[in-house]
Amino acid sequence: MNRSTLDLWVGIFVTIGVAAILFLALKVGNLTSVSSAPGYHLDAAFDNIGGLKLRAPVKAAGVVVGRVERIRLDPQTYQAIVSMKIDRGYQFTKDTIASILTSGLLGEVYIGLDSGGDTQMLADGARIAKTQSAIVLEKLIGQFMFDKAAAGNGASTSSGNPPVAASAGSGTGAAVSAGGGK
Amino acid sequence: MSVVEPAAVLPTCPTEIAVRMTGVWFGYDRRRPVLRGIDMAIPRGKLVAIMGGSGCGKTTILRLIGGQLRQQSGTITVAGQDVMALDREALFALRRRIGMLFQFGALFTDMSVFENIAFPMREHTELQEELIRDLVLMKLNAVGLRGAAQLRPAELSGGMSRRVALARAIALDPMLVMYDEPFAGLDPISLGIVGQLVRKLNDALGITSVVVTHDIYESLKIVDYIYFVAEGRIVAQGTPDEVRQSKDSFVRQFVDGEPDGPVPFHYPARAVTEEFA
Amino acid sequence: MSAERRQRQAAGAQRMPADSVTWALRRVGGHTLDSIERLGFAARFSVAVLMHLPGAFRRLQLTLREIYFSGVLSLVIILVSGLFVGMVLALQGYEVLTRYGANESLGILVALSLVRELGPVVAGLLFASRAGSAVTAEIGLMKTTEQLSAMEMMAVDPLARVVAPRFVGGVVSMPLLAALFSTLGVFGAYLVGVKLIGIDSGAFWGNMRAAVDFGHDILNGFIKSVVFGIAVSAIAVFEGYNARPTAEGVSTATTRTVVASSLSILALDFVLTVFMFRGVGVSA
Repeated sequence: MNRSTLDLWVGIFVTIGVAAILFLALKVGNLTSVSSAPGYHLDAAFDNIGGLKLRAPVKAAGVVVGRVERIRLDPQTYQAIVSMKIDRGYQFTKDTIASILTSGLLGEVYIGLDSGGDTQMLADGARIAKTQSAIVLEKLIGQFMFDKAAAGNGASTSSGNPPVAASAGSGTGAAVSAGGGK
Repeated sequence: MSVVEPAAVLPTCPTEIAVRMTGVWFGYDRRRPVLRGIDMAIPRGKLVAIMGGSGCGKTTILRLIGGQLRQQSGTITVAGQDVMALDREALFALRRRIGMLFQFGALFTDMSVFENIAFPMREHTELQEELIRDLVLMKLNAVGLRGAAQLRPAELSGGMSRRVALARAIALDPMLVMYDEPFAGLDPISLGIVGQLVRKLNDALGITSVVVTHDIYESLKIVDYIYFVAEGRIVAQGTPDEVRQSKDSFVRQFVDGEPDGPVPFHYPARAVTEEFA
Repeated sequence: MSAERRQRQAAGAQRMPADSVTWALRRVGGHTLDSIERLGFAARFSVAVLMHLPGAFRRLQLTLREIYFSGVLSLVIILVSGLFVGMVLALQGYEVLTRYGANESLGILVALSLVRELGPVVAGLLFASRAGSAVTAEIGLMKTTEQLSAMEMMAVDPLARVVAPRFVGGVVSMPLLAALFSTLGVFGAYLVGVKLIGIDSGAFWGNMRAAVDFGHDILNGFIKSVVFGIAVSAIAVFEGYNARPTAEGVSTATTRTVVASSLSILALDFVLTVFMFRGVGVSA
């Protein structure tokens, strides 16, 4: 094994190794996407975040514009405070609505931003005023049953059926946002 | 590192006595010493043999001289320097002036013959490649293997690899060369060649040689002095003539190759009557 | 084991039949002390090798040679294994995912499995068996034929010239091999999933890209492979350098390298996975 052949083979080896790493980073992973771009922060308070997780996408009109960075509970208002990092290239109006949505039936939970018509934009660190919490399936079913019971009792005497929400909680299985996520 | 000049300018051993051992005790296991009080003085420029039965500690003596092992008590000085007292730097500096021929050669199998001999030169000097090439070929020429420079150790016969190892041992023109069983396992011709080379190099290069061997026949032909080691002590010593005429029973058993004598034939065992009762 | 302990153990063994319990306890104690002694020895050895690392970089040609022997010569086994593992993953994964109507997630399943776990671990195990054992055998043989001794006597430190380059060669090769394993795995899954089974190519790659995060998945996998590389190389080099200088000793050392490396990889994988992927899927 003379020196030049050896050097050649080692060179080839290192080159394809590095190429493999690059391939994994770019083609398999998401190196070129938003997460490494510079951004600014926005906060939003929700009554219930459902199955929202860290690093969940923040989308506007379906396009990913940022990621969820931090989730914590406000000890005074008992609301969930979500901090998002938004790509610096996108600005949102002060009356933007932040909603917690699900992509598809079994899909991931994300935050959707709907801009309003305000002339002023949200600054770094600002709090989004209007929010819409996640839809919790149990509460939805409970609400539905309560409405049904109330409508049924509208004609006859009300027997004061308690809302069935409490018992409808456990057995629903796979849910849109089964109250707390995994 | 400064450039190393060829042999003529390199200082040979500065002291009269190249290697002196006084009261050396050593054991791999502290409780069973292999050497029990060795006293030896090897004068500069002489070819000395250390002989004894297998496992008597001859190779251990070489390793002690080279600083690979540390004795439990006693002193060993090489060219006036106490080996045990040297720090790493100084020990390495000393080793650069000592050459060693290992049993069966210990050539580096992943290099060619040329590269084996060039190895110490490349490691310890900053000589140009052309100069190294010339030096290597000169050393090979001295042992008669200049044409084998591009062979690999696996392609060499026993005698040839021994000679290449010899050439490597003298690569940096050392002042002291140690040979560990240089004659072991060689055919008569190679034996003769190696013996002659050891003697000639000793005289031509002004080095001191220590040969550990149990080949009495070859040794008597070439050495200046012989030490006999048995049970960890020096039991006899003398010039080849003195040894040939010695009346010492151990020396006689060794020289004549008697199966029984001071070194018993039977390994210690129970009495015959008990064993076969 | 030191000579003293060997003697003591031999003496102890002769007393066996009389007092089994004490004898058993003594053996356990003896083995524990041996392991600790070895560990201490290994620690000192590792420190010595680390101190000689700069030397390995100065002797660049030697190190390149070792990268060749550890890395390039392992390419075939790594590439072929990676391909097959990816293909099998795709087949098995598809079979399970179809039950939930989630075939389009096959790309995600395969990519994450490979990049996070299978790439570093399986490539590490293969590397330990092929390159690790070769290094141990090589160094052990050099010790048996007194080449290391000869080097020492020529005032060349074998740790710097023989051990450190091999260590560096292993550490450099391992991450590259793991990446190649994962890449070939993804490619194998693509062949089976898209070409053979017929999953939509766009869905395969698109879902994969959306789910595999560079920092969280690929970088962590890379870190794992580096850690495994260090572990395997260190073990291989240590066992070789401290093998008993006989044919039997070298053979034992080689086996020990493979076993110890494999166990270390799996144990380290667990520890690293706990630290790296513990927070996945947790809201806060």
